[in-house]
Amino acid sequence: MSYNKRLDGRKMGELRPMEAKAGVIKRADGSAYFKIGKTWAYAAVYGPRSLYPRFKQDPSKAILRVNYNMLPFSGHGNRVRPGGNRRSKELSLVIEKALLPVLRLEDFPNSVIDVFIEFPQTDAGTRCAGICAASIALADAGVTMKDMVASVSVGRVDNSVVVDLNYDEEAYDAPVADVPIAMLHRTKEISLLQMDGDITEEQLLKGIEMAEKACDKIHEVQVKALKDKYLEE
Amino acid sequence: MSKLLVKERDVIVPGEELAEGMDFLPSNGTYRDGEKIVASQLGLVNVDGKVLRVISVAGTYVPKRGDTIIGKVVDILMSGWRVDMGGPYSAVLGLKEGSSSFIAKGADLTRYYDIGDHIVCKITNVTSQKLIDVSMRGPGLRKLGGGNIINVIPNKVPRIIGKQGSMISMIKNETGCRVNVGQNGVIWIYGEPEMEVIAIKTIKKIEAEAHKAGLTDKIKIYLEKELKGFDRPQKENQEMPTNEESKVFHKEAVKEETKVSTEEQALQKTEEKEKENFQEGGNENEL
Repeated sequence: MSYNKRLDGRKMGELRPMEAKAGVIKRADGSAYFKIGKTWAYAAVYGPRSLYPRFKQDPSKAILRVNYNMLPFSGHGNRVRPGGNRRSKELSLVIEKALLPVLRLEDFPNSVIDVFIEFPQTDAGTRCAGICAASIALADAGVTMKDMVASVSVGRVDNSVVVDLNYDEEAYDAPVADVPIAMLHRTKEISLLQMDGDITEEQLLKGIEMAEKACDKIHEVQVKALKDKYLEE
Repeated sequence: MSKLLVKERDVIVPGEELAEGMDFLPSNGTYRDGEKIVASQLGLVNVDGKVLRVISVAGTYVPKRGDTIIGKVVDILMSGWRVDMGGPYSAVLGLKEGSSSFIAKGADLTRYYDIGDHIVCKITNVTSQKLIDVSMRGPGLRKLGGGNIINVIPNKVPRIIGKQGSMISMIKNETGCRVNVGQNGVIWIYGEPEMEVIAIKTIKKIEAEAHKAGLTDKIKIYLEKELKGFDRPQKENQEMPTNEESKVFHKEAVKEETKVSTEEQALQKTEEKEKENFQEGGNENEL
C-alpha cells in the first residue's frame, strides 16, 4: 500500500488553501490571523512594553514571550483542557526561538514583547501556522525586524515526501514522519526544524527543498495581508 | 550599477529589498545587507536623494531628545515625579526641572503635580538604557486641566499636525477647541463638549487614513459635514491665530498638500516646524 495520491487530492508539494489578514484584534498593538486549511491561528502582539518583575528585565535588549494556546473546542471532538500543558509549553518555546533571529530586540532594552497565539480550530501544523501568524502580527505591531518568517511542515507518508500534512495524513496507517520547518524569507536560513518519526536523508533533503518553495508561497500571502491593510481604497 | 527597486510611498514589509548597490544609504527603518538595502519595518518608503528610509505606520513611541510630549504623572519620587508617556519607558521629572520657580526641599510635591495629572513636558535627555529626563521649564510646558485626552499611534502625529500645522489649526479653528498634540501620540482637547466630540472623531479619522494622499482636503470636507447644524463656535475668547491670518495660512497649506509626491519628503522638515508650532500653540493656551 503505497501513498501515491493524497487523501484530500492535493499534489505532493501543494499547500492547503491559505488566508491571512493583519490587524484583526483592535486592542492589540499588532495582530493577524493565518488560516491554512482547517488550521486557524490568531496572533496578537503587545509591546514593546515595560517588563515586571524587574529582575526579568535584560538591560541589553527586549525579551520575547510567546504563548501558544489551543482553545477547548479546537481539537478533534475531544475537549482540550484549558491552560498550559507540557505540549503547549514546548511549542511556545520553539515558536519563540523560531522568531528570535529576525527581531531587533536591542532597540528596546528592559522591555518585553508579548505574542499570544490562539487556535480556534486545528488540523495539524499548528506550530507552523502559529509562526506565520506571529510573523505578520509582529510586523503589524511595527516591531523592527530583519525579515519575515514563514513556516510549513514537510514529511513523508509511507514512501512519498509531502508538504503541509493535515491530521489525516499524520495519523495515516503507514510509517509517517512530520518535519516542521521555519525559514527566514531572504536568506532561507532555517530557524525551526523538528522531526517526529523516521525519515531518510534523501527524503529529508527533498522535503527541505519543497519547504523552501512552499515558504515562498506562504510569504506571498503574509506580505499581501500586511499590504492590503494600507492599500488605497 | 545602483538600482532602486521601489517607488516613493510604496507600502513595504520587513525584509523587502529597497535598492541594490552602494550608491544608496540606509536610514530609519532600513539596514544594509551586502550590496542591498533592506526594510526592517512595516511602512511607507521615502526616497530622499540617496537616502532611503521607511516611515513606520505602527509601533510604540520611541523617545527622542527635544520632543514635546504629554505625559501622565504616575508616581511621586523623593525629589521629583515619574511620568508615563506611553510605550515601554517612563520618564523622570526632577525637582529642579519641575517648575520655573524654586521648589523648596521637602515641599509637598503633590501641590505641583499630583498622581494622575497630565503635563506637557519636554524630553531633555535619553540614555542608551532609555532612562529619560523631562523638563517643565520652557514655553508652553504646563499642567493640563479639564478637557479630553486621547491616544493615537505616535507615528501618525506628523499627519495629525499637518504641514506647518495646517491640519491641527484647521481643527482648532473649525471646532473652536484648544488642542495640544504630544509627539508621543497623546492629544489633549478642550472645548465645548459637542465640539470636543467632533474634534476627537476628526483626529481618529486622520489616524485611520494617515497613509493616504490628499488628506487635508478630505478632512476639510469631513469637518464641514460634521459641523453642519451646529452654530459656528464662538470665536471671541479664542487665543488662536486670528481669523484672517489663519484663513490665508490654511489656503497655502491646502495648496501645498496637493503636491502629493513631495509630501513625505517634507515630513522630516515639517516635524521640526510642527514642534515649533506646537510650542506656540501651547504658549497661546497658557492658563
